[in-house]
Amino acid sequence: MAAGPMKMRANLGAGFTDVRVLMNHPMETGLRKDADGNLVPMHFIQSLTVKVNGRAVLDAQISQAVSRNPVFSFRLKGGTKGDKIEVGWLDNQGESNRIEADVA
Amino acid sequence: MRRIALLAAAIALPAAAEPTQQELEKIMQRDFHARGQATMDRLSQDRLQRVCTEAHDRPAPDVAKALEADELKTIAYPQGSLIGDWKRGEAIAQSGRGLTWNDKPGQPAGGSCYNCHELSPQELSHGTLGPSLRGFGKARGAGADVQRYVYGKIYNAKAYNACSQMPRFGVSGTLSAEQIRDLVGLLLDPASPVNQ
Amino acid sequence: MRLLALAAALALSSGARADDSAKEIQRYRQMVAEGSPAELFELEGETLWKKPGGPKNVSLERCDLGEGPGVLKAAYAHLPRYFKDAERVMDLETRLVYCMTTLQGRSRADATARVFGTADRPSELELLSAYIAGQSRGVAIEPGMAHPKEKTSYELGRALFFHRVGPWDFSCASCHGEEGKRIRMQELPALHEAKYARPVIASWPAYRVSTSQFITLQWRMNDCYRQMRTPEPNFGSETTVALIHFLTATAQGETYHGPGNKR
Repeated sequence: MAAGPMKMRANLGAGFTDVRVLMNHPMETGLRKDADGNLVPMHFIQSLTVKVNGRAVLDAQISQAVSRNPVFSFRLKGGTKGDKIEVGWLDNQGESNRIEADVA
Repeated sequence: MRRIALLAAAIALPAAAEPTQQELEKIMQRDFHARGQATMDRLSQDRLQRVCTEAHDRPAPDVAKALEADELKTIAYPQGSLIGDWKRGEAIAQSGRGLTWNDKPGQPAGGSCYNCHELSPQELSHGTLGPSLRGFGKARGAGADVQRYVYGKIYNAKAYNACSQMPRFGVSGTLSAEQIRDLVGLLLDPASPVNQ
Repeated sequence: MRLLALAAALALSSGARADDSAKEIQRYRQMVAEGSPAELFELEGETLWKKPGGPKNVSLERCDLGEGPGVLKAAYAHLPRYFKDAERVMDLETRLVYCMTTLQGRSRADATARVFGTADRPSELELLSAYIAGQSRGVAIEPGMAHPKEKTSYELGRALFFHRVGPWDFSCASCHGEEGKRIRMQELPALHEAKYARPVIASWPAYRVSTSQFITLQWRMNDCYRQMRTPEPNFGSETTVALIHFLTATAQGETYHGPGNKR
């Protein structure tokens, strides 16, 4: 299954930057059964990386406890207009996706 | 597209007038299709539904009385005690299954009671479309008259309130006599969580 | 997502803590509104809108949704409305099917083969609805009400809203006829009253968190009738469009927020 779209907003506040990322992902736990009664295999994002101007600032390991189509919102210290934020994810089946946005 | 346009012309409504119940029924017959156990005969509005719709669910007292008297005649009481098993009753009250085009025909339906009513205090996820039934049996006892009332109300709520929003569970064949007894148990049995 | 679990847990708290539940649910709703998965559906819908398809191998970009061919701004907020070329009142979904058949040359059967999707695979109409509705953000809701057929559609919708039918004697008003009621824990807005209809209509179509599905008004009409225990309404029928027309007209004047979120 091809990785779905991502959407990101990075907004400057007073001494911080608020980032919100929308990710399209089924986040299957491996415990759910489909209409025919077969277990749907585990398929979830395992790691998230956030880079600011090419430098990694956040490395997260998440699990199948997170629900489908996750919304990840976080606050970075500092930041300037035009900084490049990049968020990438990698899932347990080896699929990945990433998105870049400038701080507004 | 053309056939539908012609049909629309045949059932054409005068501009901006309110359609009659009969006109509505014709339109719905054209615009719906049977699926699963939900057959087209379900769209035939009966007299009670028509009168209630036309009266905006507030019929004149004499009209209401006449409807209620007719509905009362439909109630069939089983022999013996009307109080069944409250534990089974709780399961029936919790279940919202039955009669939809998604439900397997022949499977027992539920009463959907918690959709509208508070019953057991342990069930926080209850609706407020109907009055709270908490402590129902505690307040009224479990005598023969109360049993008949509760059974009758579940079998055909319209016998007591003509344009009630509560479905006629017995008349519609949604619940069996056994199931309604179990719900009576849920409401009246002193051991039922409803009466704790 | 812990907040989701927290909000859900609080939603089941006792009546005495009902205010806290309501507050938490409000906070959760605000959080989801500020970063809604619905936007992902809008993105995919935009891609689909621009993709050539059908035997004529053209995109839907020249589709006239009422504001002119290809004009998307305010189109959703002004539906349902009468369309001269089709000679009938149409809502967004029926109009999209019309464009699929006329512009792209697809058969109606093909265009309506899969009107409602799943969490794994939204339908074309759901994705397109998300995109087009999003283009009406900030516009006042104003469905067509001047043409005689628009008036008829509105009156039909209103009559259907109160029409009691089926083995359980339900009308729409059985659940949506009185403000302040709820079914289980789901609040039920009184949709025949402008005050309560406005915020609701201003947030459809929507992303439904509990099923991860994007749901539209045609879907809602279908699923309501299912729960009313009637047979199934035909997709895009006069009945469904009339009901949508009535609800939208009741909400007129409200600023459309864009695709919303539901539990």
